[in-house]
Amino acid sequence: MVMGKQRVKFTFPTDLVTQPIIYDLGRKFNVVTNIRRADVREEMGWVVLELEGDDQEIQQGIDWVGSIGVRVDPVAGDVLEG
Amino acid sequence: MGFGVLGVKLLAYCSCSNTFQEDKRISDRPMVPSLERVDIRQGLCYYPRRGAVPEVVAPFLIQRGADKVAFVIGLRCRECAREYPVEPLNVCDFCFGPLEISYDYKAIARVISRQRIADGPLTIWRYQDLLPVDAENAVDIQAGFTPLIKAKNLGKVLGLDNLYLKNDSVNPSFSFKDRVVSVAATKALEFGFDTLSCASTGNLACAVAAHAARAGMRSVVFIPSDLEAGKVIGAAIYGPTIVAVKGSYDEVNRLCSEIADNYHWAFVNINMRPFYAEGSKTLGLEVAEQLGWRFPEHAVVPVASGALLTKIWKGFDEMVEVGLMEGPVPTRMYAAQARGCSPVVDAFNAGEDMVKPVRPNSIAKSLAIGNPADGIYAIRTMSRSGGAAYAVPEDEVVEGMKLLAETEGIFTETAGGVVVSALKGLVERGAIGRDELTVAFITGNGLKTQEVVEDVVHPLTIRPTMEEFEEALHGLSAAGR
Ligand SMILES: Cc1ncc(COP(=O)(O)O)c(C=O)c1O
Ligand SMILES: [Zn+2]
Repeated sequence: MVMGKQRVKFTFPTDLVTQPIIYDLGRKFNVVTNIRRADVREEMGWVVLELEGDDQEIQQGIDWVGSIGVRVDPVAGDVLEG
Repeated sequence: MGFGVLGVKLLAYCSCSNTFQEDKRISDRPMVPSLERVDIRQGLCYYPRRGAVPEVVAPFLIQRGADKVAFVIGLRCRECAREYPVEPLNVCDFCFGPLEISYDYKAIARVISRQRIADGPLTIWRYQDLLPVDAENAVDIQAGFTPLIKAKNLGKVLGLDNLYLKNDSVNPSFSFKDRVVSVAATKALEFGFDTLSCASTGNLACAVAAHAARAGMRSVVFIPSDLEAGKVIGAAIYGPTIVAVKGSYDEVNRLCSEIADNYHWAFVNINMRPFYAEGSKTLGLEVAEQLGWRFPEHAVVPVASGALLTKIWKGFDEMVEVGLMEGPVPTRMYAAQARGCSPVVDAFNAGEDMVKPVRPNSIAKSLAIGNPADGIYAIRTMSRSGGAAYAVPEDEVVEGMKLLAETEGIFTETAGGVVVSALKGLVERGAIGRDELTVAFITGNGLKTQEVVEDVVHPLTIRPTMEEFEEALHGLSAAGR
């Protein structure tokens, strides 16, 4: 087990805005979710948060979130150019 | 942490906004809790770092004279305004918002002047007072001070009598990215890094590799494996390690964030981002100076992450702040994107202040960022300045490139094609009036995206005889060319 932290930004499309995805993420996987900033509206929303846990578990959690249609971006790298 | 000499007193400006004289704090601001101790003689500031052992994290800049001060107070979170010392950091630990440089504008105002700038080098370093590094140690391949030309021919076609083009495609590595990387590389050296790195869709890779070569640093650049040849060769020639990632730009981006966490490298657009972004300001400063210390009424700017547009305006704003120009800034800022990737334009036009990420599919690869981090700031800048946004249909990108080349003799890449076509669209829409002072920013060179204009090549191929030449010439006039 390699414990780690990862900062991510989830962007929710309209149909997922009302789903308890972050709650589910913490339940399905052994990761602690720590929300730092968010803006959630009717038609769209984003949440910036830190995930803490076993690296593999975090990765599986992120893969799951992505697979249900949430866009996942790294926080440190969401500013890259072309 | 900045350091200055005022009169004969030795002063240090700490990142916590305090002013120190010798070892005494003389301002009445509270210290940031993390600041342990200041030793002004040694030029060191002590902060504890992860755990109990105090560690030096913010060495003062070495002072070389009263007028050569880096006027940086520290880093400040753009969202929650928390302050941080000058470190290779780009994200607020508290809210994960982006960090930005905060300057002591009053101190800058005391030394800066139009004359001082005019006496400076013909590069971005003439604006050193407004840059967050020590210019004396600049990693300098002569970025900046590129031509600003009055575009009479293009203006005639578009119906504009007062149109200027900022031709930033003639920077040393052939894009405006030399400006940002020159600043980032200088700061990376100050911090003691030996490796310069980036994630890029091309132009940035070229600029990073070139500056690393000049600085004697190692460079490792990450690009998607399907990039245009001109950009890959344009980076490779300087001898970097190029990592071509089999995947989209988003995946390159993701990988680099992970690498930046694990390697002690200076990623110009990740951990050096606050310093890097400041380099873009010089494009605004330069245009105002070259216009004879005037602000344009309209500025049309290509947008990928949104940093360039935001920082051009910040440059204008700072000129007023430090007394170089009279305010308020009259310039309306316009974002230009291609339809295949226009999240900023779409959000602005929908009246939203939240950018919806997209999956890019555009000929303008250098602008193809689906999740632009500074998008929200670009939108605010457009609103605040009374500007607008325009998305160019994909097939008009190459038209824009050709129009610019044929009217003004400037060969730009796809990003420039986007700008020219957006300008045309904005004029047709009535946003820009005939007499109004307008600047279009041409930020990249056409030699990097030759693939998209290969159809312009149809030479008259002949044997070396007069007869065949004349025959071919007649063929031309018959075809009406
Ligand atoms: C040629 C060119 N112009 C403009 C831009 C836009 O810059 P920004 O990401 O700061 O919006 C880029 C890069 O992203 C570029 O390569
Ligand atoms: Zn913050």
